[in-house]
Amino acid sequence: MLALENYLILSAILFAIGTVGVLTRRNAIVIFMCVEMMLNAVNLTLIAFSKYLGNIDGQVFVFFIMTVAAAEAAVGLALMIAFYKNRESIDVEDINMMKL
Amino acid sequence: MFDLVWLIPLCPLVGSVINGLFGKKIKNETVIGTIAAGSVFCSFIVACGCLIQLLSLPGEERHFEKTIFTWIQSGSFKADIGFLIDPLSCVMLMVVTGVGFLIHLYSIGYMHGEEGFYRYFCYLNLFTFSMLCLVSANNLLLMFVGWEGVGLCSYLLIGYYFHKKSAGDAGKKAFVMNRIGDFGFLLGLFTMWWWMGGSHNIWTINFRELASHADMFPVGGVTTVICLCFFLGATGKSAQIPLYTWLPDAMEGPTPVSALIHAATMVTAGVYMIGRMNFMYIKSPTALLVVACIGAATALFAATIGTAQNDIKRVLAYSTVSQLGYMFLAMGVGAFGAGIFHLMTHAFFKACLFLGSGSVIHAMHHALHHEHSDADPQDMRNMGGLRGKMPVTFTTFLIATIAIAGIPGFAGFFSKDEILWQAFSNPHHGAANYALWAAGACAAGLTAFYMFRLVFMTFFGETRLSAKAFSHLHESPIVITLPLMVLALLSIFGGYLGVPHVLGEALGGIPNVWEGYMEPVFAYSTEYMKHSGAGGEHGSVAMEWGLMGVSVLIACGGIALAWALYIVAPKAPEKFVATFPVLHRAVYNKWYVDEIYDFTIVNPCKALGNFLWKGFDVVVVDGIVNGVAAVVRGFSGVLRHVQTGMVHNYAFSMVLGVVVIVGCYLFR
Repeated sequence: MLALENYLILSAILFAIGTVGVLTRRNAIVIFMCVEMMLNAVNLTLIAFSKYLGNIDGQVFVFFIMTVAAAEAAVGLALMIAFYKNRESIDVEDINMMKL
Repeated sequence: MFDLVWLIPLCPLVGSVINGLFGKKIKNETVIGTIAAGSVFCSFIVACGCLIQLLSLPGEERHFEKTIFTWIQSGSFKADIGFLIDPLSCVMLMVVTGVGFLIHLYSIGYMHGEEGFYRYFCYLNLFTFSMLCLVSANNLLLMFVGWEGVGLCSYLLIGYYFHKKSAGDAGKKAFVMNRIGDFGFLLGLFTMWWWMGGSHNIWTINFRELASHADMFPVGGVTTVICLCFFLGATGKSAQIPLYTWLPDAMEGPTPVSALIHAATMVTAGVYMIGRMNFMYIKSPTALLVVACIGAATALFAATIGTAQNDIKRVLAYSTVSQLGYMFLAMGVGAFGAGIFHLMTHAFFKACLFLGSGSVIHAMHHALHHEHSDADPQDMRNMGGLRGKMPVTFTTFLIATIAIAGIPGFAGFFSKDEILWQAFSNPHHGAANYALWAAGACAAGLTAFYMFRLVFMTFFGETRLSAKAFSHLHESPIVITLPLMVLALLSIFGGYLGVPHVLGEALGGIPNVWEGYMEPVFAYSTEYMKHSGAGGEHGSVAMEWGLMGVSVLIACGGIALAWALYIVAPKAPEKFVATFPVLHRAVYNKWYVDEIYDFTIVNPCKALGNFLWKGFDVVVVDGIVNGVAAVVRGFSGVLRHVQTGMVHNYAFSMVLGVVVIVGCYLFR
């Protein structure tokens, strides 16, 4: 196996890319994909530690995260469909009715 | 009958409550009037019973206290609802219930057709209740309850015609001036209680208990302070200088109210209070001098103003202020019995005068109404020659006027003469006594003058009404003239209770019934005056006869002058006014006292009020409240900009929050 740091660095880079994507992208679907990327980065970290420490708890937790991610994706997509029906666009900059 | 003394104040209270709560539904005037007058009549019967029982006891035992229950008991302070029957309170009870009943009866006729008929009788009964509490209370606090109550009812009744601004203003003026006096009363009460308790450990406000400890009051010193504070209360209630200006304005109320409250009863409360506390006042020569001087000064001052007034009720109002001055003069020279005697005779003839003037005003109102004229029915310049049209009113009015002028044979002579004699001969105040007598004598002359001026202008001579209006004048109904007749009889025969010694001996041994009757109440003071060298009959018999003659001469002089100016030469007064315009204007405008008060006291108070309102309440208090709101608004204006409505900003702030938390964990 590779040393632990390699997996952690990979996970960190993935997380950073995901964060930047959430903060800067305009397309809502792309933002959801970035969120999934952040969640998967965390999954990678957990599995790496689980293998390194020989403790199966990390891998069990990953299952939870995956379930939550799936549910969240479903809800988020439903939200976006409703929004699209209203505004004909999924650009998050158009979600600005609460703006002063 | 003594045990039923609590019925005396209770009956009018019940009458007041019934009329007040149900009067509007009982539309029938007779029923309302009967409830009101009947309740006062019940009190009168019980009061008569108490008097009869009192007279059956020997002199020293003529006192009875009935305590209903203990009202306040707090530490060493105890005040109960209790009533005291002694010669002084019996006299006051008889006067208040008797004259009160006659006036209630008169009012049934006078107030006929008024819209607030039931309200009038509710207030009048409430007033009677308060006054009866005042005179029969056995302690200072219950007396003060009555004191305040009569002030309140005076306000309610003066402002009875509340649609008129002048009436509302007059009511307020009376109430505020009364309150200034009450402040003095309370100060006196507190000082006395505190001092008696602190120095002698006697914590009481009960009259008989205080009287039994009278020796503990020092001569002068704190006693003077207490007496002067109480006297301030008396000046407010009894319209003396400086708090008298409310009484002439109080003529805005209905005439029976003026008769009851501002002639016979409420204004005499101050005199009664000094009589009650005589054992204290006698210990303070300074306070007595102040009382006598203010009394004499008021008597003279008010008499001068009365000579120039044209409104019939105003003249009577100033006459009341002047006669009250006489009563205080009597109290101030130690002649307490004489003061109360004048109180009683004054109640009779002044009530008769006011009720008579009410009868005249009623008739004038009807006559002018027929002519659709809006001339003032109360202005004497519109009257004249009424004696043929209103014979009963004229006769009773004339009798009462002769009484007030102090002509021998009528009630006023005996009481007024006694006061002037005591003022002259009682060397309590040294040389000041002569000045006091002189002031009193001048006032007596002026009284005779302006009262007969009133009679001549109103009842004699050619009428100044139009012939049509004059033909509509007629005598008032029996319900109005009967009280007039009763009071006129009392004005003649009421005085024979107090025939002076010299006159009594000359006429074959008529005793001075009054002096003997009142003796137990003022026994302490009489003894004290004997020991301190003052008091008693210090002048010679010849001097007394001489003074009596002088007062009769002065009275006749006043009448003669009025006759000359208003019957013989009716144009003379106008010429007099033309010769002395400044003097006349000053006297006609009441020596500008109201204007002086407005300038020095009322307007500064209003200005202070305005400043506190606009300068403090609006600027400071509202400023703080509004300022707090403005600060909050400012903050929110700044913080509001965090909510941009852009999703990216919210996402960024979430990330920022995570970074901060992680950072805290890392660097902790």
